[in-house]
Formats: sequence, C-alpha cells, structure tokens
Amino acid sequence: MGISHFSAVLLFALFASVVFGITQRETARRMIRYGVYCFTLFVGSAIVLSWVMFLIAR
Amino acid sequence: MATAQNKPVVGQNIQQGFIYLPLIAGWLVPGAGHFLLRKWGRGALLSASIIGMFVLGLAMKGKIYTGAQDILDMLGMVGDLGNGLLFVASRILGLGADHVQVTVGDYGTKFIVVSGLLNVMAAVDAHNLRTGRKPL
Repeated sequence: MGISHFSAVLLFALFASVVFGITQRETARRMIRYGVYCFTLFVGSAIVLSWVMFLIAR
Repeated sequence: MATAQNKPVVGQNIQQGFIYLPLIAGWLVPGAGHFLLRKWGRGALLSASIIGMFVLGLAMKGKIYTGAQDILDMLGMVGDLGNGLLFVASRILGLGADHVQVTVGDYGTKFIVVSGLLNVMAAVDAHNLRTGRKPL
C-alpha cells in the first residue's frame, strides 16, 4: 500500500483521537473537544519534531 | 418520601447480568462492549477506528507478532493480543508480514499494535460504563 509518511501520521492521529475522545471524556461535547485537541497535538508535535530533526541533520 | 435507602445513587448502573460481559465482548470484538450497553454511536466510532487502524496496518504490510524472542517482541505481542478476535483471525488466515521488508511496513506494525492498545482502552471504557464508574 503506497502511503506517504504524513498521510500515515494523519490517519494515526485521527483514529487515536477518536478513541481518546470517547474513552476519556463523559459528555458528547467534551468528547469532541478533547478529540480535536488530541488530533491537533498529534499532528502538531509530528510537524514540529520533523522540523527539529531536519535542522539537526543539516 | 425518598429515604437514604430507596434514593437512587448518582451514576449507579441498574443493569443486571454478568458484569464483565461488556469488557470481554469489547476486547474480542472492537466496539461490541458499547453496543451491548446500547451506545450505538460511540460503539460504531470505536469499531470503525480500531478495525480501520488494524486493516490499514495489514495493508501497509505490518508484522503480526507470533512469538516473543525478546522484551520488545513481548510488548508487541501484548499489544497485538489487545485486538482480540482480529488477532486470532489474522493468525488463522496468515495475514500480516513475517518480517518487515518495506519502510511503511514498520508503520503498519505500529498501527496493528496501537489498534490493540486502543481496543483495550475501549473495552475498559465499556466496563466503566457498565459498573457505573462512568455515567451512561
């Protein structure tokens, strides 16, 4: 299956955030907010760490 | 008049039956624990996420752990076992790579392990709903 690294990150973040949101919060509204929060942190941290590694490797 | 004895306790679950059924069902089949508790939406989302992650892991030629030669293999095996019947079915059908041969295959292996860990989280959540620790 041909998939880019970033696509893999997005899919991983999406699925993990859905499960985190449902299992870690009690009301539907808070589940959605926490899921979005987790997704943002997953993807954001991947982008930041990628740039850090890129700059270290130069 | 409501007395201390007949007043319902907040968060108490009044369902009868085997208390560990949602936990076991949720482990064996992703989302089944929530379906048993009539949480259809949550169950469907959990099921789609966990099965989707597992299938993507297989599609990326991820490895299914079949034995534990060292501590890392053992941890991977524990994660894979969290998938319940998905793990059993993949072993019977011979799905998954024996060895990681492509770069994406390493991601696939992690997808499979993490889907198992997420499934355990979902099963424990179903158990908490069943016992009343988490409000329905």
